Amino acid sequence: MPPILSLDHVSKTYQSAGHRLTVLDAVSLTVEEGSTLAVVGPSGSGKTTLLGLCAGLDSATEGRIELNGVRLDTLDEDARARVRNLYIGFIFQNFQLLPTLTALENVMVPMELRGERQVWNRALELLDKVGLSERVHHYPSQLSGGEQQRVSLARAFSNKPRILFADEPTGNLDTETSARIEALLFSLNQEAGTTLIVVTHNVELAARTGRIIRLKGGRILSDERTTPDCQQPIPPRT
Amino acid sequence: MNSDSPSHPRPGAPVAWLFKMAWRESRRNRSRLFLFVSSIILGIAALVSIYSLGENLQREVDLQAAELIGADIAINSNRDLSPDMQRLVDSLGDRQSSQRSFPSMAYFPAGGHVRLVQVRALEGEFPYYGRLQTEPAEAGASFRNHQAALVDKSLLERFQAHVGDTLRLGALGFRIEGALIAAPGQTGLTAAVAPLVYFPMRYLAATGLDQKGSRIGQSRFIKFDQTADIPELVKGLEPRFEKELLDVDTVESQKEQTARSFGDLTRFLSLVGFIALLLGCIGVASAVHILIRERIATIAVLRCLGATALQAFLIQLIQIATVGLLGSAIGAGLGTALQQGMPLLLKDFLPVQVQSRISWPSIGQGMLTGLLVSILFALAPLVSIRNISPLHTLRVDRSDLAQKDKLRWLVYLLIAAFILGFSALQLKAWNKAVFFTLGVGAAFLLLSGTAIGLMRAVRRFFPNAWPYVWRQGLANLYRPNNQTAVIILSVGLGTALICTIIFIRGILLERVSLSASGNQPNMVLFDIRSTQREPLLALARSHGLPATGTVPIVTVRLEAVNDIDAEALAQDSTLDMQRWIFTREYRVTFRDTLTPTEQVAKGSWSGRWEGGKAPIYVSVEKKLADRNHIRIGDTLTFNVQGMRLQTLVGSLRKVEWNRVQTNFFVVFPVGVLEKAPQFHVFVTRVPDAPRSAAFQQAVVRDFPNISVIDLGLVLSVVDTLLEKISMVIRFMAMFCLCTGIVVLIASVMISRYQRMRESVLLRTLGAHRRQVLAINGLEYLFLGGLAAFAGVLISMAGSWTLAHFVFETTFRPDLLAAAEAFTAVCALTVGIGLANSRFVVNRPPLEILRED
Repeated sequence: MPPILSLDHVSKTYQSAGHRLTVLDAVSLTVEEGSTLAVVGPSGSGKTTLLGLCAGLDSATEGRIELNGVRLDTLDEDARARVRNLYIGFIFQNFQLLPTLTALENVMVPMELRGERQVWNRALELLDKVGLSERVHHYPSQLSGGEQQRVSLARAFSNKPRILFADEPTGNLDTETSARIEALLFSLNQEAGTTLIVVTHNVELAARTGRIIRLKGGRILSDERTTPDCQQPIPPRT
Repeated sequence: MNSDSPSHPRPGAPVAWLFKMAWRESRRNRSRLFLFVSSIILGIAALVSIYSLGENLQREVDLQAAELIGADIAINSNRDLSPDMQRLVDSLGDRQSSQRSFPSMAYFPAGGHVRLVQVRALEGEFPYYGRLQTEPAEAGASFRNHQAALVDKSLLERFQAHVGDTLRLGALGFRIEGALIAAPGQTGLTAAVAPLVYFPMRYLAATGLDQKGSRIGQSRFIKFDQTADIPELVKGLEPRFEKELLDVDTVESQKEQTARSFGDLTRFLSLVGFIALLLGCIGVASAVHILIRERIATIAVLRCLGATALQAFLIQLIQIATVGLLGSAIGAGLGTALQQGMPLLLKDFLPVQVQSRISWPSIGQGMLTGLLVSILFALAPLVSIRNISPLHTLRVDRSDLAQKDKLRWLVYLLIAAFILGFSALQLKAWNKAVFFTLGVGAAFLLLSGTAIGLMRAVRRFFPNAWPYVWRQGLANLYRPNNQTAVIILSVGLGTALICTIIFIRGILLERVSLSASGNQPNMVLFDIRSTQREPLLALARSHGLPATGTVPIVTVRLEAVNDIDAEALAQDSTLDMQRWIFTREYRVTFRDTLTPTEQVAKGSWSGRWEGGKAPIYVSVEKKLADRNHIRIGDTLTFNVQGMRLQTLVGSLRKVEWNRVQTNFFVVFPVGVLEKAPQFHVFVTRVPDAPRSAAFQQAVVRDFPNISVIDLGLVLSVVDTLLEKISMVIRFMAMFCLCTGIVVLIASVMISRYQRMRESVLLRTLGAHRRQVLAINGLEYLFLGGLAAFAGVLISMAGSWTLAHFVFETTFRPDLLAAAEAFTAVCALTVGIGLANSRFVVNRPPLEILRED
């Protein structure tokens, strides 16, 4: 498989109170298209920074980042926004739904941003897939945490992304809901053939991916290929 | 490379999507968004009402211009016409009326009241356009048929005189035929200063008042029954009129003159309205700043999903602009409603009846201004959206908004340019617009500086020993998301404006009172003939009044300064002299000593002419000389009742004009004017009102041609004038204060969302609702106190400056009024703050947490 994402000696440093703080230190890695990968590590190890750089949410201090053949480190913020809209899907720990938009509208936004038409049907289809066809006109505040994350999943897949970044996707959910969201995530991912990168503390979630990268102190401590345990059935909805 | 690559982008989201997103985003915030722009509603209302008034007034002046002068042409002069001019004037038009007007004492025998009035002796059918409005209505015509007079209605009411009573003018008694309500060109203001009395001219000689030494104005009103090009006719005769120093009005010139005067008034009022609008804009800017802080997460998500910085910015801008337009529309509606009351408010200043009609151009202008300012002032916080990183979706960090953004300076520059442009449009003069802009900037900076200084002072000298509730309330003034600066600015400026008006009124009244304090004279009698001098002094002495002598007055005209005369001045535009120095009549005196109210500033005083061929050295008032570049040694040629008299400027005098005293622009030495026709002025001091009234009655009885002004009359006229003027200014200032209150309410409502979580946490931790209420109440008490304090302080500083440099008097602030304003503003702020806090404390914490 060709690589969809490659990092070459990527570093990120911050100036804090007159001190130079290196959060990510010369990280290099390659991610193949369609693969699944988990980034794990203790708090402050650089997981979120790595995700932010890979997804084009931030710019690296040094190094080269290429996503789907596009050099992210040479683009300005608006061009990176375009890359995100075209190729990337996001799932966040705190869902990050737009509070004033209904579930349906939240799912429609990435497609609308691309200037697509007839987005209504696709959004409905996706919400149906995540089991929310009855809740399409509800606002985020009217949905439970699990439901919000399902809307988030539908939104993430709405622009048919080439790569999906998930930041602690079950971090704010109870065990039962987490299991259902995990299963849904991997099922949708498998169906779409999307590359999936998950940042998590959750060992079970990480174990469902085909590759686990361990970070510590901004460096890659280990990078192991595993047999993904992603064929678990979706638990019944609670 | 993918065909969708960022270097070959698809068209992306259409503009319509931006509007759709703006609509969606606003859904749950519309009431709050509206709160943001509610601050500009009153400012727009003020502008629209004034613009509408201006337009309605212009229309009415166009329609009623003929009624303003009552004829096709009015020719006015202060002296008799030359025989040639007499013939010319007689030949004009088809019908003519004549009028002589002058100040004189009116005596109401029934009540024993006397009052200085403006007498108009009328002959003919004037007015040809409009009518003398009277009660009863027919009195305007019937008084002309017999020995009767029309008397200003307010004067009759004041002296409780009635139609049918007798009024004495000079030596003659007149039946009061009717109460005069309105006359052509007359306003409530002129009636307050000099109430009018009309009587038929054929009785003038019998009154004996035509022999007055004082100026008698003569007017000729001309009516053309046939169609004639009157402006063209007057233009052709202009050189001859000018040569005789005649003041000629036509309907057209009256129209222009009135429009110009009221253009100035509406322009001034619109600037006050504009200040209210600017205050509201500060509220908008502050509110949008808070809105953007709250929306960081939403904007970051949009950026994360692929929205560009411009798209994110436009989504917010569309919301602000839409609500700004809505606020402007409401303001325009309110302004249109308010303008119905404007003619009533300004009735004393308006010479025409104004019918209020909806003015669409004014509404359009107001709405456009509202839209522009809401966008401009929202731009400063909105440009920071460009700096919101999509990384916020992963990490909470608000440092982006704190970044120094150079674009902000461009926005500030645009705001300054807008204020300058707007004021230039109103004032029609760039230099005044620059002063206005700098003044507004200085006031805003001063108040902001005061606010920041006070916050720092509170922080630095924080009373750590105070009880918790007090400390918490005080600390809220400088904690994050505080509204201290914006509230102090808006409420403080409103308070400052109101207090300044109160203080200035006090300064002016006190200045008049002080002018006759101690043993200073407080009564002036003028138009005294030489033969009346001694009997009058004897009468004064018999009333126990000080009577040392009278001051002789001779009426002269200035014909030339060196080689420059009126004609040369008219032809040479490079000469920096005031035209009126040659057109006005000077009342001069002669004496050999200086009075206590004057001192020589330059040259040497020459009190006596040596006679023969010796030069005549006159003394000129310094300001008049400075303004017209008259220097020591210059030649002044006077016309003394037909005789040319050449003099030299011997000295320049500084004169204290603010005394009940005879002061003069020009003083001649003794030995020159003694033989010239003259009248006299007598100044004295009356100890109290009853003795003043008794003396005035005696003067009017024995010397009916003599006019009297006493300090009581001056004070009452000044008070009436100030009352009328300050009512209008106060009304406009109320827009500023009310805007301040709206900004206060909006700020309090906005900060409610900031403070809510904190109050709920406090309550969750066990704080009693009374404690939470006390913390909030104290915060608003401090806030109101600081705002009112800053406002009163600034108004005191401003009033002191005015008192010291403009009115040249001591400033004694009306502390009671200041204390009242302070208390009212504090109470209002606390009231609004507590009303808002009750929302938080009266509901269970969980309910609010869920909502949040």
